Amino acid sequence: MTEMAIGGPLEGEKRAASGIHTSEAAKLRLKSRYSAERRFKLYGIAAIVFALAALATLLFTILGNGVTAFQQTFVRIPISFEAEAIDTSGKRDIDELRRGDYAALIRSSLSKQFPDVTDRLGQRQLFGMFSAGAPDQLRDMVLAEPGVIGQTRDVWLYASSDVDMLNKGFIDRKTPEQSRRLSDRQISWVDTLASSKAIEKRFNARFFTGGDSREPELVGVWGAVVGSFFTLMVCLSLSLPLGIMAAIYLEEFAPKNRFTEIIEVNINNLAAVPSIVYGLLGLAVFIGFFGFPRSAPMVGGLVLALMSLPVMIIASRASIRAVPPSIREAALGLGASKVQTVLHHVLPLAMPGILTGTIIAMAHALGETAPLLMIGMVAFLVDIPSGPLQAATVLPVQVFMWADSAERGFVEKTSAGIMVLLVFLLAMNALAIFLRKKFERRW
Amino acid sequence: MLFRSALTVVALAAVSLAAPVQAQQARDQIRAAGSSTVFPFTTTVAENFGRAYSGKFKSPIVESIGTGGGFKEFCKGVGTQFTDIANASRAINKSELEDCTKKGVKEITEIKIGFDGIVIAEKKGHGHLSVTREQLWKALAKEVVVDGKVVANPYKTWSDIDASLPKDKIEVYGPPPTSGTRDSFVELVMDVGCKKAVEAIDKGMHKKLCGTMREDGAFIEAGENDNLIVQKIATSNTGALGVFGYSFLDQNADKIEGSKVDGVEPTFDTIASGKYPVARPLFVYVKNAHVGTVPGLKEFIAEFVSEKAYGPNGYLGPKGLVSLPDADRKAVRDQATSLKPMMM
Repeated sequence: MTEMAIGGPLEGEKRAASGIHTSEAAKLRLKSRYSAERRFKLYGIAAIVFALAALATLLFTILGNGVTAFQQTFVRIPISFEAEAIDTSGKRDIDELRRGDYAALIRSSLSKQFPDVTDRLGQRQLFGMFSAGAPDQLRDMVLAEPGVIGQTRDVWLYASSDVDMLNKGFIDRKTPEQSRRLSDRQISWVDTLASSKAIEKRFNARFFTGGDSREPELVGVWGAVVGSFFTLMVCLSLSLPLGIMAAIYLEEFAPKNRFTEIIEVNINNLAAVPSIVYGLLGLAVFIGFFGFPRSAPMVGGLVLALMSLPVMIIASRASIRAVPPSIREAALGLGASKVQTVLHHVLPLAMPGILTGTIIAMAHALGETAPLLMIGMVAFLVDIPSGPLQAATVLPVQVFMWADSAERGFVEKTSAGIMVLLVFLLAMNALAIFLRKKFERRW
Repeated sequence: MLFRSALTVVALAAVSLAAPVQAQQARDQIRAAGSSTVFPFTTTVAENFGRAYSGKFKSPIVESIGTGGGFKEFCKGVGTQFTDIANASRAINKSELEDCTKKGVKEITEIKIGFDGIVIAEKKGHGHLSVTREQLWKALAKEVVVDGKVVANPYKTWSDIDASLPKDKIEVYGPPPTSGTRDSFVELVMDVGCKKAVEAIDKGMHKKLCGTMREDGAFIEAGENDNLIVQKIATSNTGALGVFGYSFLDQNADKIEGSKVDGVEPTFDTIASGKYPVARPLFVYVKNAHVGTVPGLKEFIAEFVSEKAYGPNGYLGPKGLVSLPDADRKAVRDQATSLKPMMM
């Protein structure tokens, strides 16, 4: 195109005479330029549409799979808290109440409600409709209120995961009995209970307050949330001060020479190191050499701090560099020392950018699993950790472990776990945007 | 300045968090690590143990790092920074025992907790496959013997191996070499299946011919996630097979079915009675030196070998554990509760 436009001098004159921008050829060229522009815009739109569609599919699948996990099936049965089973001595001794046979309470209530079920298999199947956590519900009730002993109450108990799956429509009633996890009798009992409104889906509070479990109906994310919190706190309290100090020194004080150049290049290199490498480093240094316990959020936080440090230094340096030199010069001109200039003027102005970079790095650290595999944070933990040196696991690891479990009920829990993780990530990103908008300065 | 004080607070927090690090702390939780196959069972026992002794002992921590990794951690030494229990989908081997002894881990109690069957499953309703181990070897080995000569595996469909088998393409999803399931599959299926062919030519070829899986796309290593394999084969219309532990078949019996191996269907009963040929024992190893130091370890073992856990009607049954025969269970329980160490 350009060559045609330049052309020879004679040709150029000829074209000028006929009106170079009005000739037929020019109109065609113009048309093809416009359509090239349109095509380019279309490619861009197509790219965005594709990305949005992928995102929508992802969110839709996760929501579709996981939204049912926020509800759990409960079964209501009348329980008479007989002292013979749980408090034989009659002293209301806490230790004795704790050891009581609460499953027997459920069994005796069931045999009253379904007197025609007398065979052993039937009784086992009947009891199997309740979660392994159901007796614990009763124990917790009694421990919280010992006065309940001797009374009869209607209690909503956790249904087993199989009943839950049936109630949520994930088990096809048409499949032949031997390849279904519930027998025909169990399904008929569920229907009997449903007709008397003794079976219903309720909000699953335990999912947000409980620790991990092997029973899909009893799992909770709280243990992982607390573990993630400790890990991120350790990570933040180490990487933020170190990152800011390193950035200030390199940007404001360091002489420009071969040595600092090497450091700069290597910080950029470190930012690109795969995260699993940091996990191996953590295993060797923090656990092997310093003797930290395995699975501790302390170690996880240290490893993630090393991982996010380069990113934070780079982000902090960029925002310090964005503070105009006139501000430094004015401060120095008024007699402020170098340290005063940096701490009183440069750093506060750079802070919004630094914080944004920090939060993005933290959000990245929150979703990280690979380095934690190496330091033993992929562990099954029922108890909720109470400190950074206690064994803990984190949200993405929890999702990973649920995804790996055989039970059908874990499918929805996995998606629900992802949703919780996404909510945290979105909240952190929103905070980053908020801070940037609130404290941003324009010069 | 606000930012300055905030910075000081953060810096102080960092120092205070990092400072009180004692190299060794007394541990009040049991630690177990090892096989991913045993993981669901140990964790279930851990949870029930935590419930039964709530307020007294904490629930144990269980890590899934593979059988080999579990022994490595276990054999690092005696002391609260090392694990108390190793989960294993095979018995401890000689070099691992030597490693343990060298580091001072001398008294180890071996507990056989039950069996796990390895199933070869396909989508339900797609014709029930019945294969012999020799046919499986022919389908999956990198090199096979044809007319007395070792050649690269020429079989494309099952019917190429034997006319009685279906005309489906050979497509098997299985575990990677790091998995204990793979080791057992090679040992129980491939090593047995190749015997006749290898003995006919040269016994020295055994290792090369039997243990190497084909790499031309007929055997697909699907990673450690068995749920993924289940999903893949349950949606396949071309008769793809999957190799995984029995518990996954048990949980997904409405979507997939296990192929007969040597004429035996993989069910709870056939695995328990030893009729189903592709079954292996599962183990838990306990460090005796930690009993008494780590609270609850003895009680945890007692819970594991109690009838309500590993018995035929115990709570590990629904998780896929195939329990030991009655007489063996009693012997194992006596041995475990008295912490009788293995012969070294």
